[in-house]
Amino acid sequence: MSGEPQVQEEFEARLKAYEGRPAAATGVGRDPVNEPMIRHWCEAMGDTSPAYTGPDAIAPPTMLQAWTMAGLTRRPERTAAYDELLTLLDESGHDAVVATDCDQEYLRPLRPGDEITFDSVIESVSDRKTTKLGAGYFVTTRTDIRAGGELAGTHRFRILKYAPAHRPSRPAERRPRPVVNRDNAGFWEGVTRHELLIQRCTACGTLRFPWLPGCNGCGSPDWDTVEASGEGTVYSYVVLHHPPFPAFEPPYAVGLIELAEGVRIVSNVVGVPYDKVRIGMPVRLEFRRYDEELVLPVFQGVTP
Amino acid sequence: MKTPRAGDRLPPLRIPVTRTLIVAGAIASRDYQDVHHDPELARQKGSPDIFMNILTTNGLVGRYITDHFGPRAELRRVAIRLGAPNHPGDTMVLTGTVEEVDGDTATVRVVGANGLGKHVTGTVTVRITA
Repeated sequence: MSGEPQVQEEFEARLKAYEGRPAAATGVGRDPVNEPMIRHWCEAMGDTSPAYTGPDAIAPPTMLQAWTMAGLTRRPERTAAYDELLTLLDESGHDAVVATDCDQEYLRPLRPGDEITFDSVIESVSDRKTTKLGAGYFVTTRTDIRAGGELAGTHRFRILKYAPAHRPSRPAERRPRPVVNRDNAGFWEGVTRHELLIQRCTACGTLRFPWLPGCNGCGSPDWDTVEASGEGTVYSYVVLHHPPFPAFEPPYAVGLIELAEGVRIVSNVVGVPYDKVRIGMPVRLEFRRYDEELVLPVFQGVTP
Repeated sequence: MKTPRAGDRLPPLRIPVTRTLIVAGAIASRDYQDVHHDPELARQKGSPDIFMNILTTNGLVGRYITDHFGPRAELRRVAIRLGAPNHPGDTMVLTGTVEEVDGDTATVRVVGANGLGKHVTGTVTVRITA
């Protein structure tokens, strides 16, 4: 929510407009009052009262709301008005919900076989309240529950729709891992020792990068390595503005760096603003640790 | 069963708040809100773990009263307010005091306290038939 008072007032006026509107219209209980649901309830609650078993059993009065619950399925009886109110709150960041108050009056016992119908009204929407859980709005609904058309109980229910104050910070997204295989394992081993290794063909002496199984000059499969001095220049570059990608914070410059040895490598240009990177800019190799297991070679730009 | 009198204290009832109780209560009340069964989603909503739903609390408060007053007790009204959440591993201790007696109807003030504070406070109106 915007902190501007006027915006806040307008938002609250929109919420208040839902007061008095129906939240559920002629809802029908998914099942008639029945023994299995009563038994499951009593087992869960550890309630062994004899009133809830046997031929004259009544349902525990506190089950009143349970007969109106949709369960995992959607609620066809929920009104557009109530959906709109909840959506308005969700979309303004008040997307968490907790029930805070429940007030039930029992007018007559419910018995197995009773068919349940109910109507619900949005009684009130509070002003914005700050709670330990976070700031939000209390929404109170009142439901009349009927059995065989006769009023059996009323149920006033208050929920807090809030923006969690202690939303856990998401674990930092980690950079993608390099794909290490038989052909390039030596390169990554070098990186762990803070060495940037270039392959050299032992037949013709051609340097090659990135690592490949054979020489692109003479085709020889035999090679050794040369450690790069770390000096280089920006041969080309691109600045990434979009799309944002987890673990990266655009805009940033990706450089194609020509090493002093003559081969080129793609990596980040760091230490200079993304818009100050230029072709021909001298850069120097450094190793940066991105997390507990990932170290990457990057290039520090040297502004003239 | 003695006739209740204002000021009577009900013996406390200890409810171990197990994961099973929380989930069984949520399902028995047909309440599939994720915060009552999925610890990961509960954490994303700022809660350290799943927590008991209000319908279970309501049921336990009702049970506390009818356990005490016996099968002739008829619940007329249960009005509760939740405070500190009931998380797995905690214990809720329900206590009650008879506030008022009017003929065959008593009003009982109920408090359910856990390790964090007061989980529930409320009043129950119960009629005790002869």
